[in-house]
Amino acid sequence: MADSADFVVACRVGGGGERFRPYRMVMKAQLRAQLSYRASFSIEVVGGMIMTGLDLATVLVVFNVTSVLGGFSFRDAFLMSAVANLSFAAGDQLVGSIDDMRVQIRTGQLDALLVRPLGLLRQLVSTDFELRRIGRVVQGIVVLAIAAGLAHVAWSPATLALVALTVIAGTAFFAAFLVMAGTVSFWWIDSTEFGAGFTYGGRNFTLYPMTVYGQVFRYLFAYGLGFAFVAYYPVLTLLHRPDPLGLPTWIGWLTPLVSVGVCSVAAYVWRTGVRHYRSTGS
Amino acid sequence: MLPSTTASAARRYADRSQLPLQTFIVLAKAGFRRYSTYRQAAVAGIFTNSVFGFLRCYVLLAVAAGGGGSVAGYAGPQLVSYVWVGQGLIATVGLWGDTELATRIRTGAVVSDLLRPMHPVATYLATDLGRAGFALLTRFVVPVIVGALAFDFYVPRHAVTYPLGLISIALAVVVCFGCRYIVNAASYWLLDGRGALILWTATSSVLGGLYFPLRFLPAPIQTLLWVATPFPSLLQTPLDVIAERSTGADAIGLVALQAAWAVGTVALAALVQRRGERKLVVQGG
Repeated sequence: MADSADFVVACRVGGGGERFRPYRMVMKAQLRAQLSYRASFSIEVVGGMIMTGLDLATVLVVFNVTSVLGGFSFRDAFLMSAVANLSFAAGDQLVGSIDDMRVQIRTGQLDALLVRPLGLLRQLVSTDFELRRIGRVVQGIVVLAIAAGLAHVAWSPATLALVALTVIAGTAFFAAFLVMAGTVSFWWIDSTEFGAGFTYGGRNFTLYPMTVYGQVFRYLFAYGLGFAFVAYYPVLTLLHRPDPLGLPTWIGWLTPLVSVGVCSVAAYVWRTGVRHYRSTGS
Repeated sequence: MLPSTTASAARRYADRSQLPLQTFIVLAKAGFRRYSTYRQAAVAGIFTNSVFGFLRCYVLLAVAAGGGGSVAGYAGPQLVSYVWVGQGLIATVGLWGDTELATRIRTGAVVSDLLRPMHPVATYLATDLGRAGFALLTRFVVPVIVGALAFDFYVPRHAVTYPLGLISIALAVVVCFGCRYIVNAASYWLLDGRGALILWTATSSVLGGLYFPLRFLPAPIQTLLWVATPFPSLLQTPLDVIAERSTGADAIGLVALQAAWAVGTVALAALVQRRGERKLVVQGG
């Protein structure tokens, strides 16, 4: 890295407005590196967009063979899918690269990050910042705009604010789950797939109205883990639809609160994981 | 550049003194043992495959409920079997694949594959069949049991479905292997093969029938996919055979088509390998 001297200085200076400088520099170096394999980078961006696009296309195909799913029409269900999709894409762009931490744990590279005078989590997400995920965020915004236009929502400053709040809170919500899933590898190295059951599993859960799921499964994901607040309840509030389970319509405004709760749990789990970390010694 | 003539000459020379079938079986056994050591990964994979089994199953059952109990020729229990056998097959056929060959091409380690007396496609196929054997006993069986316990699971009614289903699964493994080999071999030209792998993962999942049964699509598109692409042979065919969505001559016809794709993809993999060897540059250092 050409700026390594600056980097050391930046690390030492720390504090104030300069606090995020080292992370910014690492990220810039990352971006330069990633953009140097242009063909591969474009394929990855497009590939990522196709991957998430397929999940949304599946919703379309499903509604091609049925007109009502779990009591919801296509327009209303698709708004839920779009909100959940964008929240996940943005959360994944922020911290998704934490997935690779297990490699650093196995090879012992994590030690190198721990001895630096910088935050571990911030180092991990900035040094492995993967720009290729941005395609999905852009796509998510476009899809949400389309879905919002299709749905039967009376748009006003309040409903727009609700959508914005929901997406921001949902981004933090999914980011928290991605961090927790990554943390599992402090205990269990080959855990990526285990975590995916909750991160990607949670995402797929929120793509459909939760009325389609069986009771035990729904209670676990919707209330036990909080996924009901990512898209289902906010969209019910937007549509002025009463909750089949009898909760009041303003419940959709609670997403930021739920998200703060999940983030606190994630922070606790993360700290416990870091404290539990034992180097491989290699 | 590695002179490919030397590699193929070495192969020809060695072929005379080897019993290819014996080597093939030994390699398959080694593949089985190799993957049976990743137990944690297998448990984690089974867990996630099962979570997604629940998610997909509830959605498809809700679709069937909207259509009066059945949809696109599948009754509710057939959808259950479609989903859970499918969740078991993801790892068995190795749908999302690995990057082993691509990594070896990038690092140059592939040279040692070329120097072996056996054709690289045959070597990798043997290892992959061993891997699939282990996956069949673990990653296939467990999700199917979970699905059968949690839902009203369709059990095949015709005796012929069992052997035909097994043949279809075996052919799916071979077709998937051939496709993955070709995708990995793209690294001979691209060096960084991750993009190609992402495109493969996306296409194979949706066009293979993982996201939704391909029977949900209009009939002309179904025919086009089945005849013109190997994708339905990866999941949709074995699933339709096992869930008895296709029976009798239909089922045998689909499996025959699968067999044709198995031969075709492996032959293409061998061709791509030969071309790739000419292109391969091993970086010094």
